[in-house]
Amino acid sequence: MADIAFLLLIFFLAATTMDSDTGLMRQLPAIPDPNVPQDVNKINDRNILEVKVNKDNLLLVEGQLTEFSQLREIAYDFILNANDEPNKPEKEVVNIPFFGNVPVTKAVISLQNDIGTKYGVYIAVQNELIAARAKLRDNLARQEFGIPYERLDEDRKGAIDDFFQVPISEAEPKRIGGNQ
Amino acid sequence: MAKFIKTGGKSVKALNTSSLPDIVFMILFFFMAVTTMRETDVMVTVRIPEATEGKILEKKSLASFIYIGEPLEAFQGMYGTEPKIQLNDTFKELADIQDFIAQEREQLNEADKTKMLVVLKIDRDTRMGVVTDVKQALRRASALKIMYANTNVDKITHIY
Repeated sequence: MADIAFLLLIFFLAATTMDSDTGLMRQLPAIPDPNVPQDVNKINDRNILEVKVNKDNLLLVEGQLTEFSQLREIAYDFILNANDEPNKPEKEVVNIPFFGNVPVTKAVISLQNDIGTKYGVYIAVQNELIAARAKLRDNLARQEFGIPYERLDEDRKGAIDDFFQVPISEAEPKRIGGNQ
Repeated sequence: MAKFIKTGGKSVKALNTSSLPDIVFMILFFFMAVTTMRETDVMVTVRIPEATEGKILEKKSLASFIYIGEPLEAFQGMYGTEPKIQLNDTFKELADIQDFIAQEREQLNEADKTKMLVVLKIDRDTRMGVVTDVKQALRRASALKIMYANTNVDKITHIY
């Protein structure tokens, strides 16, 4: 009996893995249909946070060389725009369930990378941007519903997602900063 | 002459092993519950990057895996040291991704076809050029839901 059990045990030890996979979920944009006219509405410049990473893995935020450690805070302040500054994203009054008519930010984050950028850096940058957005959502959830975002039901999560949509768009890659 | 004489047979009682199968079965069931089947042998070096915001992959059955990285030493003689794409158990080229996605999608049942997820397991030192090419290929194959695999940490320490 014990022999058979040992045999099965060893088989499972060899044939299975323990690790569960974690990762950053992203939705890629669909390839635009050439027959359908493109929406050419240009997004207002103040609504876009431009993040660029060059081939030397240096970070340029809104045209300024920035330390990686500052990125999360910059993105956070940019999206929140607490004092309605004119160089930060505008807000539009939208009706959202649970909130009613509220001013909602029109912020968009544009992420551009060079083809020579390291994948690890690219993920780290994306992670910071997602973290800034997640923090805003979590703060709002605590303030409005008194519980963390993670524990909300789907409807309330959706309402908060509508409040801070903040799409992170990835441009087609370019060569930034000279030849490879 | 001195002699060692054993006096009195003081024998050690045999250990009672009647509960051994129960214990082993317990361990067996534990492993059956917490582990998942290994599906592919990874033939590239993949040190996945660190992140703090990663979400757990819940439905592994909906996921297809693409590995990108330097081939393992055993394969370097044949394939060199440049990052290669691995689909299932073989090295493939960029052009094969479309077929691979179609094939993976075929294996899912009708209701799950829209929920298909592609998990990208990419070495952190890979250049973005390769990654972007793969992303474009996925867009062309209309596999738009992707996940960048990462290890979850509290604070990122390896960036450069």
